[in-house]
Amino acid sequence: MGLLLGLCISLLLGGSWAVDRGNFKTCDQSAFCKRQRALKPGQSPYRALLDTLELSDSRLTLQLINDNNKVHLLLELYRLQGNITRVKINELKPLKPRYEVPDVLVGDQPTEPLSVLSQDDNGVVLSLGAESQRLIVSARPFRLDIMEGPEVLLSLNSRVSAPVSPVFTLFCHLFSLFPLMHQSCHLYLCQQAEDGGKDKEEDGLWEETFKTHTDSKPNGPTSISLDFSLPGVEHVYGIPEHADNLKLKTTDGGEPYRLYNLDVFQYELYNPMALYGAVPVMLAHNAQRTMGIFWLNAAETWVDISSNTTVFGKMLDFVQGSSETPQTDVRWISESGIIDVFIMLGPKPSDVFSQYASLTGTQSFPPLAGLGYHQCRWNYNDQDDVKAVDQGFDQHDIPYDFIWLDIEHTDGKRYFTWDPEKFPQPKEMLHGIKDKRRKMVAIVDPHIKVDSGYKIHSEIRARDLYVKNKDGGDYEGWCWPGNSGYPDFTNPEMRAWWASMFAYDKYEGSMENLYTWNDMNEPSVFNGPEVTMYKDAMHGKWEHRDVHNLYGLYVHMATTDGLIQRSGGTERPFVLTRAFFAGSQRYGAVWTGDNAAEWDHLKISIPMCLSLGLVGISLCGADVGGFFKSPSAELLVRWYQTGAYQPFFRAHAHLDTPRREPWLFGPENTALIRDAIRQRYTLLPYWYQQFYQAHKTGQPVMRPLWVEYPKDTATFTIDDEFLIGQDLLVHPVTEEGARGVTAYLPGQGEVWYDVHTFQKHNGAQNLYIPVTMSSIPVFQRGGSIVPRKVRVRRSSDCMENDPYTLYVALSPQRVAVGELYIDDGHTFNFQTKKEFIHRSLTFANNALASRNLFPESNFSTDSWIEKVLILGPSSRQSECWVFLTTSVEFEFEASMSVLTLRKPGMNAGADWTVVLQ
Amino acid sequence: MMTCAALLIVIGMAVSSAAAVEVQRPRGVPLSKRQFYEENKPFTCLDGSRTIPFDRVNDDYCDCRDGSDEPGTAACPNGSFHCTNAGFRPTFIPSSRINDGICDCCDTTDEYNSGAKCENTCKELGQKEHEVLQKMAEITKEGFLLKQQLIQEAKNRQQEKQSKLTELQNNKKELEEKVEALRTVKETAEQPEKEAKELHLKAWEEQKAIIRAEKDKAKMAEAFLELDDDADGFVAVAELQTHAELDTDADGTVSETEAQGLLGGVDHVDTASFEKVWDNIKDKYVSESQPVEPAPVDTPPEESNKLADNDSEQYPSDDDVQEEEEEDEEEDDYPEEDFDKAPPTVKTPPKKDEDEEAMPPYDDETRVLIDAAQKARDNFEESERALRDVDDQMKNIEKEISFDFGPDSEFSYLYSQCYELTTSEYIYKLCPFNRVSQKPKYGGSETNLGTWGTWAGPEDNKYLLMKYEHGTGCWQGPNRSTTVKLTCGKETTVMSTSEPSRCEYLMEFTTPAVCQEPEAVISSLHGHDEF
Repeated sequence: MGLLLGLCISLLLGGSWAVDRGNFKTCDQSAFCKRQRALKPGQSPYRALLDTLELSDSRLTLQLINDNNKVHLLLELYRLQGNITRVKINELKPLKPRYEVPDVLVGDQPTEPLSVLSQDDNGVVLSLGAESQRLIVSARPFRLDIMEGPEVLLSLNSRVSAPVSPVFTLFCHLFSLFPLMHQSCHLYLCQQAEDGGKDKEEDGLWEETFKTHTDSKPNGPTSISLDFSLPGVEHVYGIPEHADNLKLKTTDGGEPYRLYNLDVFQYELYNPMALYGAVPVMLAHNAQRTMGIFWLNAAETWVDISSNTTVFGKMLDFVQGSSETPQTDVRWISESGIIDVFIMLGPKPSDVFSQYASLTGTQSFPPLAGLGYHQCRWNYNDQDDVKAVDQGFDQHDIPYDFIWLDIEHTDGKRYFTWDPEKFPQPKEMLHGIKDKRRKMVAIVDPHIKVDSGYKIHSEIRARDLYVKNKDGGDYEGWCWPGNSGYPDFTNPEMRAWWASMFAYDKYEGSMENLYTWNDMNEPSVFNGPEVTMYKDAMHGKWEHRDVHNLYGLYVHMATTDGLIQRSGGTERPFVLTRAFFAGSQRYGAVWTGDNAAEWDHLKISIPMCLSLGLVGISLCGADVGGFFKSPSAELLVRWYQTGAYQPFFRAHAHLDTPRREPWLFGPENTALIRDAIRQRYTLLPYWYQQFYQAHKTGQPVMRPLWVEYPKDTATFTIDDEFLIGQDLLVHPVTEEGARGVTAYLPGQGEVWYDVHTFQKHNGAQNLYIPVTMSSIPVFQRGGSIVPRKVRVRRSSDCMENDPYTLYVALSPQRVAVGELYIDDGHTFNFQTKKEFIHRSLTFANNALASRNLFPESNFSTDSWIEKVLILGPSSRQSECWVFLTTSVEFEFEASMSVLTLRKPGMNAGADWTVVLQ
Repeated sequence: MMTCAALLIVIGMAVSSAAAVEVQRPRGVPLSKRQFYEENKPFTCLDGSRTIPFDRVNDDYCDCRDGSDEPGTAACPNGSFHCTNAGFRPTFIPSSRINDGICDCCDTTDEYNSGAKCENTCKELGQKEHEVLQKMAEITKEGFLLKQQLIQEAKNRQQEKQSKLTELQNNKKELEEKVEALRTVKETAEQPEKEAKELHLKAWEEQKAIIRAEKDKAKMAEAFLELDDDADGFVAVAELQTHAELDTDADGTVSETEAQGLLGGVDHVDTASFEKVWDNIKDKYVSESQPVEPAPVDTPPEESNKLADNDSEQYPSDDDVQEEEEEDEEEDDYPEEDFDKAPPTVKTPPKKDEDEEAMPPYDDETRVLIDAAQKARDNFEESERALRDVDDQMKNIEKEISFDFGPDSEFSYLYSQCYELTTSEYIYKLCPFNRVSQKPKYGGSETNLGTWGTWAGPEDNKYLLMKYEHGTGCWQGPNRSTTVKLTCGKETTVMSTSEPSRCEYLMEFTTPAVCQEPEAVISSLHGHDEF
């Protein structure tokens, strides 16, 4: 949700559905962006003072000087475990300290030793441990190169077009840091005059006005920027959130990608405008290597991308050995803070994910129910409505796990309260839902109604925990409740207090099956500049400017802590957020905000969630059906079919749209939607296992094809299909009136099985698949074993003890591997008491075996193996099957070559082997 | 509808209690299908797709595509489980609800292996339902009696309307004749009136012309004297030249030739010859004794504002309000605002010739004629009004008769009535066959939730739902509409309102008019029951 009243009016006048771009800044309207963007490569005034170099075991420091203004900067270099290089640049003696982003990195980053290989007047060459990687510091102008391979030393004085390609290199060269000039405006302006040879005063250094809002900038210009060159790279990804394709576009001649958390009313697709969340992480990929850049800065950030390859031809030149290496150049520009960059050197995609996870943590492991289907609407009107919808699902035999309440459930948009007329007995309602083993989510937004009779407000005020405006008074802005205060979530005291408000005795009407949704946490301020907070508002001693992109993460963090604490730390939380930052994956789910019931919005949900997955946030979804406007039955069905195969599966709708519960579109469409949701539930064991993996390793759940097929250039730009884990490939139908889709099946020499028909297809081909309204093209990779639970019940909880069906899809080599993960589905006992079952499943040499991956774990389950489907065996093999000493009956379906083992009956947690003789 | 379902249950109960002796059959199989599940004989799936050994029935593995081999387990995704529910109504539930930890069957038979603690509630449910049924039956009975009255009343009313209509039709005929007659009277009376008036006017015009000619002559003489500067009894060329306004070639001066031209080609004229000259120049001529008459000019804006200020001192509050309004308009509509700010154009009143008097009153004779004509006109108009009135009445009755008030006009009593329901926030008003509206309880304007559209119930009884459409529009949404659900009740009341979807309202309304004949309900249901 995020309807903006102010914007509604302009919409009425304009009569258009698109975003009002005039409400949001372009780079030209953002003084620092305009200034930094104007800098041309090769003009760097920075020089390394090599005689200041100090090298301890794992830390190198070096002073830099700006020859124009003689400001000294301090460069710090670290080699972090897992092939990560950290580069920090700050002012040596700032007039006022610059903001360094806290609470995003997890723990201490273990370092590895650095050593100097050689040094002369021109620079220093450092060894980055094994893999013959070198870091080269050039002195004049200052520049860093990271190189790999024996030729590296040759490139010490080389320019951007290094002749040593195609070995991987990375350059950090031109960068700019506008020093804080607290009281010495004069000096700064002189520098500017020298700098660009221009005498006129630049606008927007000490004050900047956008529309009617003036930003006072008491610290003057403080922006920073840094250029990266990526030789050999033509594909870069990440830096969500943007409603754009997976592969990032070059920004020459257009707007840079913007990272500034904003509540954008009716956002437009395929453009680089900022949206609700920001993760300043970019991945660069080519057939040889994948690497990542993590720009740890929470201020407004713009990212320019340029490439020396045109659309046609250049890549071909490269392959044919042309002298020019394809190269992508990236400039990061931030309004304040320091330069703090983590260069994650891969080399495999999975390595980059691990490296990033080691910095910011992994996806939180959601309760199993969180992976079920969520039914939301703005708003379910009252308790009777909730009850009727709940019954509707049972009447139509459609499973669901969560029903959601939007802002109207509260007493006058006072969060933590209930509307006394519409929801007089919340606990009674929650018990009714609990009786069906289902759950509820109620919204809790961070803006707090200014109302002395409202306990939450008066306590925050009494504790003096609101964000302040520049004059020191409590900052107030306009949001759903009218005039609202914004708690300073950057303050740990505020977060602790907020978390304590979720205690069952504090949050009246709550109980253990009530979970939380944080919306509007960009923060959204209807009457603020760009619908958010003034940049000169104060969070303690820091300006909002410094912390803006972190605010939503902190709200999410505090809420998640609250849900954990209310159970005494035993229950896993489920909290959805709209705003996010690097590290938000640790706190729960994210959705793509207020989309619309349009086919293009359905399509964009795939790259938007893929981009989030690449930067650690796996639990991503888009509002099924589209938030604004009303979907046709066809669009709604297709959206359910797509959403059923995306991580966070929630239908949502705007207050002003007609009702659209799954059964309101006639029996045929009800059946189609039911089938899509049921497909989701049969695959819950696989989804759960994927999230366990994501939690353990940081690998994304929903993956672009290139992540698993990094050498296959055909996969690099695909964003209309995706993988779940490594084993399921999904190409949802997202075209209106589609008769068929063309899916690319990757993997030379591999095979894929249609999960519905079991038909086998070869990899490395474009496959045309005719479709009907019931089609959801999904393929299982040959060589994989996918566990399912085919007894779909009312909710995931009801399926807890149900037996498993194993889909064993054989590779051409007649082998397959998979895993099975089981725990109680909702507590931290898997972590704290090792109460889980994690088994490896392997099929090889005509034997299917289950082995314990963690002998020290202890958990027991009532679930058993009811059926095994073996896809792709030859008929010759299936003569007779024996399970240990018990014979197991089987059936062979020759047309698709499927062998079905009837009721082998082993317990899902036991060691067992099924042997073919 | 409720009634149908409820009565079905009663019969179901009878069946199950008759079969109180437990017949052995696999779990979840209804008695009616027992013969397909014969112990120790191979079982053939009910769709005939395959035959399996009997020990695979309910062995917790799905063998039949139609799910029929697992009536008592959750193994088949499309199976169903039969609960006997002794004491209540037997029912089928989807297999997926067996042993899912949730008590679905009131006899607890669906949760035989889940650990769920279910209590057998069939007896209570049966009792409760029985009570409800009884109550419903009572209501239905009484309601149906009321309905008969309504039907009778409707018949009477219809007859009344019909006879009224006939009466009106007769009236109308009479009135039409009367109108025609009075029209003739009127026209006859108006003819002499018109002639007399015209005569009077003509006399007045003539008199006016004489007065004007005299005045002109006087003016001419005056002008001659003025022009004849040297008082020699002649107006000469030079004397004319002093009157620049007489300039004919628009060069600002009167040249000698021009003056001569004006004088008819001579150098001077005497009084007699001046008559002709005067005709040429009188429109332009400006008297020397009078100052130049200023052209009609708009009153300067300051002056009018000053006037307004003076006023406003007396009514300061009014002025404030006005200013606020102006500000509001400024935001909404610029052009209008500009228009408002433009100075009021106050034109000087057209100059009246003071000498010209008003037309003298009609003479007595004419006045008598006028009075007679006026009376005839009044009479005529009155009769026309009466005719229109009758027309309107007829139209109203015809409109009312044209409504579909149900097969026996049982809904006609609702016509031109309104029923209200007050909730915490709003007062809802249903005026059947007219409109539905909503008004905030504590002030605010009324919102139209839809005007009468059509009956919208299911095919077998469309009179169970009313649809009101095309109400006030919603922002980005549809026009408001309301569905009114009618149920049998003794009273005619709006029971509840809700807005299940934005701007789509649902109203529950009880009326005896939908009560079914109790016996008819039962007999019509018997057919369904015998299975």
